[in-house]
Amino acid sequence: MWDSFKLIVLGVIAVFAAIAANYARDLAYQVNALTIMLAAGLAFLFVLRRMDNPDLKLALAGVQSEYLDGPVRAGVIATAFWGVVGFLVGVVIAAQLAWPSLNFSDALEGFANFGKLRPLHTSAVIFAFGGNALIATSFYVVQRSCATRLWGGNAGWFVFWGYNLFIVLAATGYILGATHSKEYAEPEWYVDLWLTIVWVVYLLIYLGTIMKRREPHIYVANWFYLSFIVTIAMLHIVNNLAMPVSLFGSKSVPLFAGVQDAMTQWWYGHNAVGFFLTAGFLGMMYYFIPKQAERPVYSYKLSIIHFWALIFMYIWAGPHHLHYTALPEWASTLGMVFSIMLWMPSWGGMINGLMTLSGAWDKLRTDPILRMMVVAVGFYGMATFEGPMMSIKAVNSLSHYTDWTIGHVHSGALGWNGMITFGALYYLTPRLWGRERLYSTAAVSWHFWLATIGLVLYASSMWVSGIMEGLMWREVDSQGFLVNAFADTVIAKYPMLVVRTLGGVFYLAGGIIMAWNLWATVARQPRIAPARVAVPAE
Amino acid sequence: MDRYSFLRQLADSWVLLALFLVFIGVVLFVWRPGSRRLHRDAAESIFRNETRPAPEAADGAKADRKEVE
Repeated sequence: MWDSFKLIVLGVIAVFAAIAANYARDLAYQVNALTIMLAAGLAFLFVLRRMDNPDLKLALAGVQSEYLDGPVRAGVIATAFWGVVGFLVGVVIAAQLAWPSLNFSDALEGFANFGKLRPLHTSAVIFAFGGNALIATSFYVVQRSCATRLWGGNAGWFVFWGYNLFIVLAATGYILGATHSKEYAEPEWYVDLWLTIVWVVYLLIYLGTIMKRREPHIYVANWFYLSFIVTIAMLHIVNNLAMPVSLFGSKSVPLFAGVQDAMTQWWYGHNAVGFFLTAGFLGMMYYFIPKQAERPVYSYKLSIIHFWALIFMYIWAGPHHLHYTALPEWASTLGMVFSIMLWMPSWGGMINGLMTLSGAWDKLRTDPILRMMVVAVGFYGMATFEGPMMSIKAVNSLSHYTDWTIGHVHSGALGWNGMITFGALYYLTPRLWGRERLYSTAAVSWHFWLATIGLVLYASSMWVSGIMEGLMWREVDSQGFLVNAFADTVIAKYPMLVVRTLGGVFYLAGGIIMAWNLWATVARQPRIAPARVAVPAE
Repeated sequence: MDRYSFLRQLADSWVLLALFLVFIGVVLFVWRPGSRRLHRDAAESIFRNETRPAPEAADGAKADRKEVE
């Protein structure tokens, strides 16, 4: 009955997508409609072939005494894949900035221009790499810490495939010209609607699992994950309120305009950093660092205070993206003050993560995975110090619109989000596939050093470039005229752009080594744990 | 008074105070007497049930589990 219902829904979607592709008003919409048609058709065939399969029913008996790790495994593969893709696009656009001829504007008719590849890079690393990592690890952590199977049956699979369909729709849309023109919220209205559906299912799964938990306490990692899911839902819906121009076109018009639109966008933008890239990844930190170090978190009390302080403060920090604009001054002062206050809980969390190793510091000598996680926490501390400092109006007047901002974002993203995700992937892969250990610890060390050196090259070149840009832009002569034209700064920062590209190449090389190592862990080692543990029927 | 001014004044007076008190309340609640054992148990909960969900407990067993903390 349920399967028949699914078939009807998938069939209707496929037919409607075909009609939409036929009436499409622009190329991006047409390609996206065809993608949806294809996805719905494949899902239709998949459901059809599994219908009324007696073997399947047998396999599902007693499944409540096991964790649902399929979507986690798929998420680990997707994270590694999108990571390498996202880093690669990042290296390409870094090279385009240094050598503009690499846009190949004539040969590719502008389809691979920086302006199109840049949102592809940011979405690939934040939403595809980071998002898949968050979904996979959250499913893993919530089951283990609640000691119960994921709620909602195969809804976990729906979230995995639905989320990755969202990424493919968004990415193809950017290249073909569909964009909402809001930074980090570029997907157009129908892609936004699809993500909303997937996200609500994700929230229900998470809440359902927590509600049927068999541990009395909700472990703090789940609080962070849950706040990430709830807040992203709220931010996504409010910032993407828009009216489509046509049901058969990708263009839509935002409901907000002017400074209200800007404020909504950066309320979204900064809290995407706060709740996607910080709260969600702190969930990872609070589970994987204690597990890898084999000791409980340093102070559980501090972790709870860390959580509530972040929740109470982060949501107000957005206006620091709009200093010296049409925004009322009180709003930007509010954003600045809350950003500075955020320094305290952030460092409380960092200290909590680092001190978890107290009494186990020796493990850093032998365990490159733990080393990666600790460097991640270190960069979390650095980025959360640099951020509040840059939110101060006087500093912001120098740093805003320069490469310094790019450097800050990347020391947070490559250092904190990237490193903690790599650590989690190295932790998860042997366990999820039942392998004794990683294929090569030496390769993890190589990855660690390549990523760290790449990161240092990236951040330091962007500091130099950004401060130089800021100083050149504001330099006036004795008559009060600006000394430098914009093009002068572009010429002056060429060496820094090259160094930045080199840093990106290092980081990408580390990512490729990781992908190979994870593949070899599964493919080149025998399985040790039996696939299923027989549980006596009760 | 127009709606904007009303909301502005409400936000930076009573609502600000209320949110601040809730936050202080949360922090104090974390330090409540007897929380130490609960927190230690919660911090160590991730080292249990690594490979398989906890067995379905009867109500009696569940009550026991809570008392052990």
